[in-house]
Amino acid sequence: MTVRSNFDKALMEIQQDILRVASLVEESIYNSMEALNSQDVVLAAKVIEGDDVIDDLKEKIENKCITLIATQQPIAKDLRVVITGIKILVSLERIGDHSVDIARTTMCLAEQKLIKPLVDLTHMAKLVQDMVRDGLDAYVHGDVEKAREMCDNDDEVDDLYHKIFRELTVYMKKDPETIDQAVYLMFISRFLERIGDHATNIGENVIYLVTGEKEELN
Amino acid sequence: MTNSKISVQNLNLYYKDFQALKNVSLDVLENRVTALIGPSGCGKSTFLRTLNRMNDLIEGVRVEGKVTLDGVDIYRPDVDVVSLRKRVGMVFQKPNPFPMSVYDNVAYGPRIHGIKNKQQLDQIVEKSLRGAALWDEVQDRLYKSALGLSGGQQQRLCIARLLAVEPEVLLMDEPTSALDPVSTLKIEELIRELKNKYTIIIVTHNMQQAARVSDTTAFFLNGDLVECGDTGAIFTMPEDKRTEDYITGRFG
Ligand SMILES: Nc1ncnc2c1ncn2[C@@H]1O[C@H](COP(=O)(O)OP(=O)(O)OP(=O)(O)O)[C@@H](O)[C@H]1O
Ligand SMILES: [Mg+2]
Repeated sequence: MTVRSNFDKALMEIQQDILRVASLVEESIYNSMEALNSQDVVLAAKVIEGDDVIDDLKEKIENKCITLIATQQPIAKDLRVVITGIKILVSLERIGDHSVDIARTTMCLAEQKLIKPLVDLTHMAKLVQDMVRDGLDAYVHGDVEKAREMCDNDDEVDDLYHKIFRELTVYMKKDPETIDQAVYLMFISRFLERIGDHATNIGENVIYLVTGEKEELN
Repeated sequence: MTNSKISVQNLNLYYKDFQALKNVSLDVLENRVTALIGPSGCGKSTFLRTLNRMNDLIEGVRVEGKVTLDGVDIYRPDVDVVSLRKRVGMVFQKPNPFPMSVYDNVAYGPRIHGIKNKQQLDQIVEKSLRGAALWDEVQDRLYKSALGLSGGQQQRLCIARLLAVEPEVLLMDEPTSALDPVSTLKIEELIRELKNKYTIIIVTHNMQQAARVSDTTAFFLNGDLVECGDTGAIFTMPEDKRTEDYITGRFG
C-alpha cells in the first residue's frame, strides 16, 4: 500500500505519455527511410506534418512534469523520474526533427534516380530505431544493463557513418554527376548518426535514473 | 575541513523499560546545519535532548554511550549542567516568550548570569535582536509585552533570548511548525545566517524545510539512526530504501 497513489498515478501517466511520443518518433524514422527508399514524396510530407503532433505532445507532457514539480515537490527517485522524463522528451523531439530532415532531403532527391540501393543507410536506420526502442524499454523498466547494451550499438552506427562517407566520396571523385545526390545522402547518414547520439543520451539518462550516477557512454 | 562540534557514540536511551534510542552514533559538524527527520515517535526530540542533558529532568531516563562537546564527555559527573545548557541552547516548537517586555525577555539570561550594567545589557539586547533578525520590527516597542508580538516574531524573540547568553550550539525542535509561510521563511533565512557563528541542529517534519536549510540530514526510525549524510545526496539519492520511502511520502 502506498500513501501517494494519486502521485504515483501521475508519474505512471507521464511515463506512458513519453512512450507514446517514442512510438511516434520511431514511426517517423521508419517512414522517413521508407519514403527515401521508395522515393515517396507523399509519405515524406506525412513525416514532416506528423512532427507537429510530436512537438505538441512533448509540450503537453513537459507541462505536466512542471506542474508535478510545482505541486508535489518530488524528491529522490521521484525527482529523477520526472527530470529524466523531461530530458528524454528533449532527445525524442530532436530525433523527430532529424526524421523531418531526412524527409525534406528525400523530397530533394525525389526526381533523381538513386545511384545505388541504400543498403547501409537502411541498416543504420534500423539500428538507431532499435536503439530508441530499447532506450525507452530500459527507461520504463529501469534496466541499466539494457541501457548500456543499447548504447554499445552506437559504435556500429558510427562505423557505418564513416563507411558511407568514404564510399560516397569515391563516387563523387569518379563521377562528378553524382555529387548532388551523394551530398544529400551524406547528410542523411549524418542525421542518422545524430539520432544514434540522442538515443545514447537516453541510455545515459536511464542509468542516472536508476543509479544516480552520470555515465558517459559515447 | 570542518570539525565535529558534537560527537555521539553508541548512544542508548531508555525511558524505564522502553528503549527510545538504539546505538546511535553521529558526528555533528561545526558551523553546519544538521536536520533530524523521521516519523512521529522515532526519537528525534529525545535525541535532541540528550545533547544538552535535558532528559536528566525526566523521571526514569537512563542514558548509555558517549556524547562529547568539543571532545569533552558531557555526561561526566563533574560537568556543570547549567553552563552546558548555556553553551547548548534550545528553541521549542511553540514560541514561549516570558510574560514580560521584549527587552526583559532578552536580558533575562544575561541577568541570571550576573550582568547588571544597564549599558552592557542594552548592547546585548540590541545585538541579540539583530542577530535574530527582529530588531527592525521591535526597536520601538522594546518595553511592551512580548506576548503582543506575532507568532513568528515571538519565535525569533526566543531565538534572540538564546543568542543573548552566547551559546555555541542551537537545538531547534520543530521551530516553525506553528508559523505561517512567511514567518517560516524568515526563520529559515535566519538559520542559514546563524550557521556562520553557531552549530545548529533542527528537527523538522517538513521535508522541503530540511532540504532548504540543512547541510546534513539524519533519518531516524524507531530509535535507530538509519542514514545520515549530505542533504543534497539524501534528497536526490538516499542509500537506504527506508529513507527513500519516508522522504517521498510512501511510508505506508
Ligand atoms: N517522557 C517520556 N516517557 C516515556 N516515554 C517517552 C517520553 N518521551 C518520549 N517517549 C517515547 O519515546 C519515543 C520517542 O519520542 P520522541 O518524543 O523523542 O519522538 P519524536 O521523534 O520527537 O516524535 P514527534 O515527531 O512526534 O515529536 C516515543 O515512543 C515516545 O512515546
Ligand atoms: Mg518531537
